[in-house]
Amino acid sequence: MDKVIKEYKKLLPESIIEEIKKLVPKASDAKMKKIMEAVYQEYLDSKVEAGESVGLVAAESVGEPGTQMTLNTKHFSGVAELNVTMGLPRIIEILDARKKISTPMMEIYLQKPYCNGKDIKKIALSIKETKLGEIITEFAISIAEQTVEFTINEKRFADLDVEFKDIKDLIKKTKKVPSCTMKQKENVITLTAKEDGDIRKLYEIKESLKEVVIQGIAGITQVLPVKRGNEYIIITAGSNLKKILAKEFVDPTKTNSNDLYETCAVLGIEATRQTIINEVSKVIDSQGLNIDIRHITLIADMMCFSGDIKGVTRYGVVKEKSSILARASFETPIRHIFSAGLTGEVDYLTSVIENVMINQPVPVGTGLPDLVTKVKTVK
Amino acid sequence: MAEEEIKKVMETEKVEDLSEEVKEEITSQTTEEEAVQADEEPEMTEEEKKALDAERTRLRKLREEEEYFQNYVYKKVEFVKFGILSPKIIQKMSSAKVITPELYDSEGYPVDGGLMDTRMGVIDPGLRCKTCGQKLKDCPGHFGYIELARPVVHINFISEILDLLRCTCKMCGRIILAEETIKKHKKELDTLESEFGLLARRSMIKEIIRKLKTAKKCPHCKATQGKIMLEKPSSFVEDEKKMNPIEVRARLEKIPDDDLRIFGFDPNSVRPEWMILTIMPIPPVTIRPSITLESGERSEDDLTHKLGDIVRINQRLFENINAGAPEIIIEDLWDLLQYHVTTFFDNNVAQIPPARHRSGQPLKTLSGRIKSKEGRIRHNLAGRRTNFSARSVISPDPNLELNEVGVPIRMAMKLTIPERVTDWNKDYLIEYIKRGPKVYPGANYVLTPAGRKKRITDETRDEILAELDTQYIVERHLIDGDIALFNRQPSLHRMSMMCHKIRVLPYQTLRINPCVGKPYNADFDGDEMNLHIPQTEEARAEAQILMQVQTQLVSPRYGRAIIGAMQGAITGAYILTKFMKVERKEAIQMLNAIGVFDTSNLPNKEIINGNEIMSSILPVDFKFKGKTKKGEELLIQKGKIMSGFIDVNAIGDDGKGYMLRILHKTYGPDKTIDILGKIFRLGLESLLRNGFTASISDTDLTPEISKLVEDVLSKAEKDIEKFIKLFYAGDLEVIPGKDIEETLELRILERLNKARNEAGESVIKSMDKNIPLIVMANCGSRGNVINIAQMSACVGQQAMRGKRINLGYKERTLSCFQRNDLSPKSHGFIRNSFKSGLKPYEFFFAAMTGRDSLMDTALRTPKSGYLYRRLSNALQDLKVEYDGTVRDSSNHIIQFKYGDDGIDVSKSEKGKINVQRIIEDLE
Repeated sequence: MDKVIKEYKKLLPESIIEEIKKLVPKASDAKMKKIMEAVYQEYLDSKVEAGESVGLVAAESVGEPGTQMTLNTKHFSGVAELNVTMGLPRIIEILDARKKISTPMMEIYLQKPYCNGKDIKKIALSIKETKLGEIITEFAISIAEQTVEFTINEKRFADLDVEFKDIKDLIKKTKKVPSCTMKQKENVITLTAKEDGDIRKLYEIKESLKEVVIQGIAGITQVLPVKRGNEYIIITAGSNLKKILAKEFVDPTKTNSNDLYETCAVLGIEATRQTIINEVSKVIDSQGLNIDIRHITLIADMMCFSGDIKGVTRYGVVKEKSSILARASFETPIRHIFSAGLTGEVDYLTSVIENVMINQPVPVGTGLPDLVTKVKTVK
Repeated sequence: MAEEEIKKVMETEKVEDLSEEVKEEITSQTTEEEAVQADEEPEMTEEEKKALDAERTRLRKLREEEEYFQNYVYKKVEFVKFGILSPKIIQKMSSAKVITPELYDSEGYPVDGGLMDTRMGVIDPGLRCKTCGQKLKDCPGHFGYIELARPVVHINFISEILDLLRCTCKMCGRIILAEETIKKHKKELDTLESEFGLLARRSMIKEIIRKLKTAKKCPHCKATQGKIMLEKPSSFVEDEKKMNPIEVRARLEKIPDDDLRIFGFDPNSVRPEWMILTIMPIPPVTIRPSITLESGERSEDDLTHKLGDIVRINQRLFENINAGAPEIIIEDLWDLLQYHVTTFFDNNVAQIPPARHRSGQPLKTLSGRIKSKEGRIRHNLAGRRTNFSARSVISPDPNLELNEVGVPIRMAMKLTIPERVTDWNKDYLIEYIKRGPKVYPGANYVLTPAGRKKRITDETRDEILAELDTQYIVERHLIDGDIALFNRQPSLHRMSMMCHKIRVLPYQTLRINPCVGKPYNADFDGDEMNLHIPQTEEARAEAQILMQVQTQLVSPRYGRAIIGAMQGAITGAYILTKFMKVERKEAIQMLNAIGVFDTSNLPNKEIINGNEIMSSILPVDFKFKGKTKKGEELLIQKGKIMSGFIDVNAIGDDGKGYMLRILHKTYGPDKTIDILGKIFRLGLESLLRNGFTASISDTDLTPEISKLVEDVLSKAEKDIEKFIKLFYAGDLEVIPGKDIEETLELRILERLNKARNEAGESVIKSMDKNIPLIVMANCGSRGNVINIAQMSACVGQQAMRGKRINLGYKERTLSCFQRNDLSPKSHGFIRNSFKSGLKPYEFFFAAMTGRDSLMDTALRTPKSGYLYRRLSNALQDLKVEYDGTVRDSSNHIIQFKYGDDGIDVSKSEKGKINVQRIIEDLE
């Protein structure tokens, strides 16, 4: 039986072989052969034909149901989840390859034993970005003495894994806070400005003090431990893959972010491609639509094949086209024609739209073969 | 702008010439070879002679073949090259020099040397072009030129001119880079281009230029450089001193060709000094025709107006210079000329007031003609117009087959199909001609072999009939069975344009089987659709093989049947297979009514079950296993429904009808649509015989159930009151990640939804399963459980953006509530049902969400439309190559195997190969 499977391994895609193995765990050679042959025939019947305009089919398949998607920006998936941009705006965001996405998010998977729920709350809190402003109850500015004084909420402070010394160090390290001397008395810290300044300067110090990150990872504004399947994961609002992956309790093989550029910088282009596929599928599933994964994969491949993320815009994928006329027919035609003129560019009319323009058969589908047959004239 | 266009035209012509040359070259080479061989002939042996003879015949054959193919292969544009026109070329390609702004003389004829000079083409029907001697329709138009009194900057090259001025030496014209650095960059650029292509090169050039701008001293001649600024819109200033275009041009002339390559310019097609105009091309008259108004007055095109301004100012400038006018007057006129030339190319430049008509509306000049959706490229070049097409309102007709379209007889008599006369069809084509254009089915025109088109009228008929012979083409009326393309906008996917067979019918509307409404996304509330008649055999063959309705049955979007039964037909099929029992006579009647006359498949009984009638139209060896909407098993064996019944999950549209997909897989497209048409008609037929009415009493509740609903809702309200109390006391348990207000909102929403669902469920449970409304919901033809619950029990919470309604007046939603009221009813909870009627405030809330969703649709359509346009533009040239890879037009590989397994979605079952089914079929 294994021999038969091996024989067909080259002919059939792996996923199909796996499925057959699962469905027919045991069979005689002859029977297996029969099954394999039948599946192989079906596979041959189902293969794409050469010249098939798969790009356009993908565009249609994703574009057509666009009209059926809701515009609901914020999607509420149950009580215990975070706000996530969903629907058409999210699709547009992904395909545009926006640098700043509206709701960055991470799913942090954990190493054993944390994935069983050990210390989950503590871990979650430790990565949440906590700013000094959050634990301060009171500020006092004295112009006469040139001091800024703040009181720390002891109850909130106790929850954190930091000490007063750490806070002072952090303040010193922050560049935005001008150099000053610090004194601490119980939970009150006093800063004295070194240079004489007016009230505005003191006010600036106060404002920048609020922004000092005393614990956690920058950018992560919300954390939410959830149980998914039978393991605990942490979902965060805000994303900072690089720093999260450095933590020892994180399972780096599964943790992911929905920010394309961050994924690309940290994990590379293949991961980005997968992220595009996953994120688009997520939206489509949530809208109850039905689009085959191949179409999404093709779009993701088109966006990523050059090694960088290219949005489906005039600055991304379309800019990369070799044909001037194709680019000009999309957006900003004047600019394209002029820059083509300057460099003496040549359009070899290899894609669809230019050939439509000059009334020639397009080189896809039935226009692909160049075939001239000699016809016998009947006399 | 015009320059590119001209260049384009010229280049295309050149290409054709070129290919001719190449071919000639090839043929001449072969003759030479022969000549060489001929010299050696005497010394050859017999064998060699034979070989030579064979070689000769081979070559002759090749040449014959070459000649043969040249007759059949159409001329093809190989490439289009872009560049900038030099003054020399402008002069060379011109056929007239324009010297006067006058257009017509007193008799209304175009003035020689004017803008409407007949050497540049004609727009009057009577005149002939002086250049090519052809009339209005045949003369393509010819360019002219004017000599500008002073050079003028071309507005679209401003930024390039600035870059060049800044990066080159004011004295020697060299690029301000030391020799070694230039060499280094050149090498880098070349390797970059060979590795990453032209684009990478261009971006690197940009980077070099950016760095260059700061240089102060020329490394070649040691001259110190001035600081050059652009004074918008079009003058250059060097160290506070204005440079006029003459000076700029002189500088640009000095730049050597080799240095230009570093800037990415191609010196063969571009010299920077050409970016300053000394001679301006005048576009042909044919591209700016004047319109004669009803009053006999002529109204000139926008371009002609603008050109008139240019010529006028140019003449005045010439006169003033010649007369030795003061510098200041000349400067003013020069600036004015610059303004007119600028607006001629682009009337939307920032800082420049657009040139306007007397009415105040801006002129549409060259850029404006090309740009935007209504411009040349997107409107005229990428968009096409067709003849032989028709448009009308559509209406449904289930008696048509799915791949038919009903065409009104009036249309059928206007639209024609060209049919070539042969020995075999001559007789009936003569009949068509005899009937002429006014009697259906007749013919409208006859084309002679010489290419003349003759209209068939009472006068010409006999003459035409007399001369008619093979090789003639008769344009005859449409008849049943002809091929047509049918389309509804917006054409969002390939199923928006399908091929149908024509059925000529009375009345004025186009008719289709209601089943194909889904792929077109059409309904019959006044929708209009377009009909196109393909005119060539190739087009018809392609349409029939690739575009017919049955070939589009399975959507490439998800690999399931997109065409299927809907609404009444599903209800009918459901009732038929689940409840109905009829006498044999009636069963036969029903089958006859749907067009099935072979009733031998019916069991030989007096009382026949509904599902037996259904079974009788299925293929006798059909095997199917599926689930109904409610989860029961539907089992079909040997073409008989063994258990279960037909509902949406078997025959529904939009991918729901699984049985249709299997039918398609086992019996192919043709049989499937035939069966679907029958099932559809059978569904309607059984409704006709059974009767089916949804009435208001369907939503009636028994007193007990009403009470139960009341209790459920009151209990929910009480719970919510408790939440609110807890909230005010601050004791509400906060959900992590939310604040206390959000928590309360969530809790309330959750509780209300639960109550609504509970009420709905108990209502549905209490209702009789045979109530039409429930039947419809159960078989999936229309409506669902929520709709019924909303009608009979409680409409429920009106949500906006996932939250309760919170907008309105200060601290309250509507003025009939108390401030800060958190209760359900003041935030959009509608307690009443649609039947019991809504309270005024409830109605108001319902209207709010209604408006919100209306807005949503209105805003979404253009957004998704733009996304679709971008996607299709980005992906349109991807295709599967013969080796199975997906490649773009530059032959980059996008995917090594389409979708990783090479399976075409429209040939798959939901994107997969159904291994399980294959295995089961084998057993």
